[in-house]
Formats: sequence, C-alpha cells, structure tokens
Amino acid sequence: MSQLGLSQQDIESIYDALAEAIDEVGEKKEPLLLAKLVLLLANRLGDQRAVMEALAIAGKDL
Amino acid sequence: MHQPETQPRFSTWYPYRVYPYQRQSFTGDEPARVVIVGAGPIGMATALDLARFGVPSLIIESERQVSHGSRAICLTRRSMEILQMIGCHQPFMDKGLGWNLGRSFYRGKEVFQMQLPDSDENRFPPILNIQQQYIEQYLIEAIEANPLTRIQWGSSVTGIRQDQEVATLSIDTAEGDYDLAADWVIAADGGRSTIRKLMKLRMEGKAYSGNFVIADIQADIDLPTERRCYFDPEWNPGNNVLVHREPDGIWRLDFRLPDGETPEQALEKQVLTQRINSILQMIGQRVKWSLDWATVYSASTKTLPDFVHDRVLFVGDAAHLLPIFGVRGANTGFQDSNNLAWKLAAVIHGGSDKKLLYSYSSERVQAAREICDEGGKSTRFMTPPTAGYRRLRDAVLSLSLSQDFVKNLMHWRTSRPHTYANSSLNATDDGGEAFTAGPAIGEVAHSHRLADNDFLLDYLQGALTLLVFATEANGPVFEMQSSFPLRRIVVNRNGSPVPGADLVIRDRNDELSQAYGAEVGTVYLIRPDQHVCGRWKHVAAESLQAAINRAVCAEEF
Ligand SMILES: Cc1cc2nc3c(=O)[nH]c(=O)nc-3n(C[C@H](O)[C@H](O)[C@H](O)COP(=O)(O)OP(=O)(O)OC[C@H]3O[C@@H](n4cnc5c(N)ncnc54)[C@H](O)[C@@H]3O)c2cc1C
Repeated sequence: MSQLGLSQQDIESIYDALAEAIDEVGEKKEPLLLAKLVLLLANRLGDQRAVMEALAIAGKDL
Repeated sequence: MHQPETQPRFSTWYPYRVYPYQRQSFTGDEPARVVIVGAGPIGMATALDLARFGVPSLIIESERQVSHGSRAICLTRRSMEILQMIGCHQPFMDKGLGWNLGRSFYRGKEVFQMQLPDSDENRFPPILNIQQQYIEQYLIEAIEANPLTRIQWGSSVTGIRQDQEVATLSIDTAEGDYDLAADWVIAADGGRSTIRKLMKLRMEGKAYSGNFVIADIQADIDLPTERRCYFDPEWNPGNNVLVHREPDGIWRLDFRLPDGETPEQALEKQVLTQRINSILQMIGQRVKWSLDWATVYSASTKTLPDFVHDRVLFVGDAAHLLPIFGVRGANTGFQDSNNLAWKLAAVIHGGSDKKLLYSYSSERVQAAREICDEGGKSTRFMTPPTAGYRRLRDAVLSLSLSQDFVKNLMHWRTSRPHTYANSSLNATDDGGEAFTAGPAIGEVAHSHRLADNDFLLDYLQGALTLLVFATEANGPVFEMQSSFPLRRIVVNRNGSPVPGADLVIRDRNDELSQAYGAEVGTVYLIRPDQHVCGRWKHVAAESLQAAINRAVCAEEF
C-alpha cells in the first residue's frame, strides 16, 4: 500500500482509541465492532480497490 | 402400480378436489406428439402457451390433486403478464392481493423500507400474493376449457429413452404401466425431477445448509398486504422472520431454525405452537389461529447447464432450484415456459430450424445463472451459511440503525424479467445506440398505458410483432415475409387507418412515441414473448427481413 495518509500523532491517537474501544466492548463483541468499523471506513474511503488491497495485506502473516 | 393419494389433502381453508385418472392418447392428427411431464404451475403454463400457437399437448401428472400447501405465494408483474398472454390472468387478479412495499425491522425499529417500482403504466401490481393451490386451480380451469390441452392425472413417469425418431416414456398408473411415444417431452416434473435423474443430468451450483420453517396459519391479523421482515427477534436470536399476507385470511410465517435443530424437532407441535405465538406477540397481534400447513425448506442455487437434450426439454424447478428469497421459484419458471413455447411451436409447424430451441437453453440457462448469483447473495444475508457471513450480516444490521449506506446490502432484490442482451436471435445491426428511451435489445417491451384499461402489452400477443411509428403504409415494414405469424402494429397520432396494418394504435399526445424514443419511421421488432430483438430509428428492408429471419431461425436463412 502507498504511503501513510496520517500524521504520526494522528495514527497514534487512533491506535490508542481502537485498543480502548476493543477493551471496552469486550471479547465477545469485538469482532462485530471491527466488522462495523471496516464497513464504515470502506464507505468513507469510497475506493473498492484500496479496500481490497488493505484486506489482502491484513490477511498476511497472521 | 402407481397409487397416488385419493383422499383430499388436509387444509383449513382450501377444498382439495381429487381428479379422476383417465387414460388419454394421441389421435394422430396432431402436428406433433408433445408430452409434458408434471402439472405444476410451469407444466400447465407451457401447455397453455403452446396452445396459443396451435400446438396441442398432453400433460402426465403423478398426483390427482393440486399442490400440497401454498408453496409459491408471490407472483411478480412479469408472471402476471405471462398469465395474461396465456389467457388466464383474470381469476388471479380477482383473488390475489397486490403489494409494493417491503419493510425490515431490527430491534423494534423499522430500519428499511423498500418500495417496488410501480406506476399507472402497468396493468399489474409489482407483486401479487396468491397461494399455489389457486395458481394451479386457475391453470387447470383454463386447461379444461381449452380443446388443445389435457391432463392425465394419477400417472407417474418411471422411465425414458430416446433415439433420433422418438422419445418413449414408461408410465405407471393404477391400471399398470404402459409406454407412450412422443416427439417432444417437456420435463416439468419439479425439483425432484424423475426425468433429470433418469437421464443422469447433474445440476451445477450450491445447496445452502440453513433450514427454515414455512408455516401457514389462518388468523384474523390486522396488517396490510406488504412484506415484513424481522431480523434477530428476541425469541429467535440471530435469525429472521418473514411475514406475508395471503388471500382468504391466511398468513405465511417463515423463520430460520436455530443451527443444529432437525426438521422433525422444528415441526413438533409444541415447539411450532410456541414459536408461532412468539411471532404473533412480536408483531403485536395476539390473536387466535389455526395451523393449515407447515414444512421445512432450505435454499439452493442450482441449475442444469443445458435445458435441451435432443427431444427432452427442461423447464421450471426440473431445470433449476432457486432460493425463495426474492420470490424466484415459480416466477423464473413462468419465464422459461414463455420463452420455450413459441420456439417449440415454430419448430413443430416448420419454417424454423431446431437451432431456435438451443436459444431457449442459452437464454434461460444464462438467466438461471444470474438468478443463482443474485439469489445466492440474498440467501447469504438472510440465512448466513458461515461465521464470516454471519458477522458481516450482524455488522450491517447494527449499522442499519444509524447508517443509510448499508441499506442496499439488505438484499431486497426480487425476481425480474431477464434481458437477453446477447441472444443469438437479436438483430446483428440493431440501431439501439441512436435511442435515448424505450426498451433496449433483449429487454421485455415496456408496459405503456394507452387508455383506461388499455395497455400496449395487451396487443403484443401471439405473434412476432413489428411496432412501427408511421403515418402511412410506405415503409419496409409492409413488405416483410415471415414463416412465423407476423403482426404489424402502427402507432400514429390520429389513429387513422393504414392499409396493411393489423392494428393502429392512436398516440394522441405522442406519449408512446416518447416512451419508446421513436420518430416517424422507427421500428421495433418484438418476439412472441414480448422481448425486443431489434430496433431502428430508420431501417432498410433487407436489414429488417434479415432480423425477422434471424429472430425465428428461419430455415432458408
Ligand atoms: C415446500 C415448498 C415450499 C415452497 N415455497 C416457495 C415460496 O415460498 N416461494 C416461491 O417462489 N417458491 C416456493 N417453492 C417453489 C415453488 O413451489 C416452485 O418453484 C414451483 O412450484 C415450480 O413449479 P414447477 O411446475 O416447475 O414444479 P412443481 O410445482 O414441483 O410441479 C411438478 C409436478 O410434477 C409432478 N411430477 C413429479 N414427478 C413426476 C413423475 N415422475 N411423473 C409425473 N408427474 C410427476 C408433481 O406431482 C408436480 O405436480 C416452494 C417449494 C416447496 C417444495
């Protein structure tokens, strides 16, 4: 994927917020939270290829 | 010896009639011996469709009464238009309940409304709810009134063989078995098709694992005619419930079983009663009810890769198994029968090459594959087959409470008429690019209201049609020859007679011309099944003649 689209500071805040949101909803609801988040972000991004690429990268090295 | 049930089936509302077995034979005067196996909706529609082109047929049916249970309850507008073509739409309109609104509920909130496109250009509503018992009864009545169609009840096909000359069916009856020779066999023997199995034909596609219960109850429920879908109700977590109104105070309840539950467990009286009560409570209708019929069903998206096997032609569920989400079973079958009938008639009467039948197969197999694809999507949403699909479905439901963009993922696609855009019957020099309105090549001619109770499709009946926007009889249209009945319909502003026209339609305010993107000289070539197979702003005689020959696979062509 191409270069970072966020500043160091912004991505760090997102990192923390995501971690805390996962802790807050608990293990059982975590997958649902993440699935919703992906759909929302994908819709914001409005770029099917970018999402597919990201999906492929996310699936690597698990 | 075949012994079908002779006691009327149980129903709280439908008086089943048991038809007599009586052996029938061909007289030898028929243009061909056409045997249709199966008096389901599609076999009967095929018989009536053949009859309008002068081809008689004999239907062989193993049972002696109509459908057990209401089964297919939603007829699309296209199915009604086909029923009109075969001359029996009126009783359906008198009995059926039309609707155009679908509503989805989640956590007590209405999260989505789907309005099916409707306008007063159409004679029929987008969907008409009517039980399969009535569908079959009305078709039987039309068959009994038609001298070219007959049903032999209580006769089961148990064998088939064919060679160059003839197909021979083994038929088992209460009097023993016998052989019946046929020039053409139409296999309309349903999802468990005996003929498909005897011929060892395999379907391609997928069967889904989720089971759901279909239950019909008789109850005094105070809700309008619309399709209601409740996702993830408290009493059935993770699953969904569909509620449909049927004529005669019957309600269809449809819900997915919890994973791991068997059909026997689900239909157990106490379990079923409790669930029906939960549904009634959920929809705010705690009324008295009685059960008419219940069954367990699952979804498949399967089709034969070829519907034509020499003298044996497959239609309806015998040819494909489609999910009920999107009301696809019977509605797809009616389009099969309507596509096949005129082609088989053209081949039987002569003048058309057998290739015309291959176009039936390629057009309808392609339609079935598209439906499998679309229906598969609906099925994966309505009954998620895996953990991943379930997660995404749940994410969409959760988002639907606040986000509009997910509503298109809720899959309200319904059965639609197919477009034969790349059919071999289409004109090779179609002038479609020049048009900004009107039905494109392969599409069904658009319905258009001409006057009160008077629609364009009423006239696109029983023939190949040239729809010409003209003022006088000097165009190439009037020189055309065809082996298949050809009708010339002229559209003009004052409705003045035009020599050589079979019909003149008056288009007072140019509304039809505008809807069809037409100018003076515009011609549409429309097949007997109302699909457009060529259109031109202006056309030369040779082009038009070539298109006509191509549309019917004219032999000398
Ligand atoms: C339980 C159930 C519920 C359904 N619910 C819905 C629904 O809600 N919505 C929807 O759109 N569709 C539904 N369907 C599907 C719908 O009923 C079919 O798509 C439709 O009936 C297809 O019509 P057909 O004429 O091709 O086949 P069928 O209606 O199955 O007719 C086939 C006929 O062939 C006869 N036959 C079979 N074998 C032989 C033989 N060897 N010899 C002679 N005759 C034979 C049978 O007795 C039957 O009359 C349901 C189907 C079932 C089984």
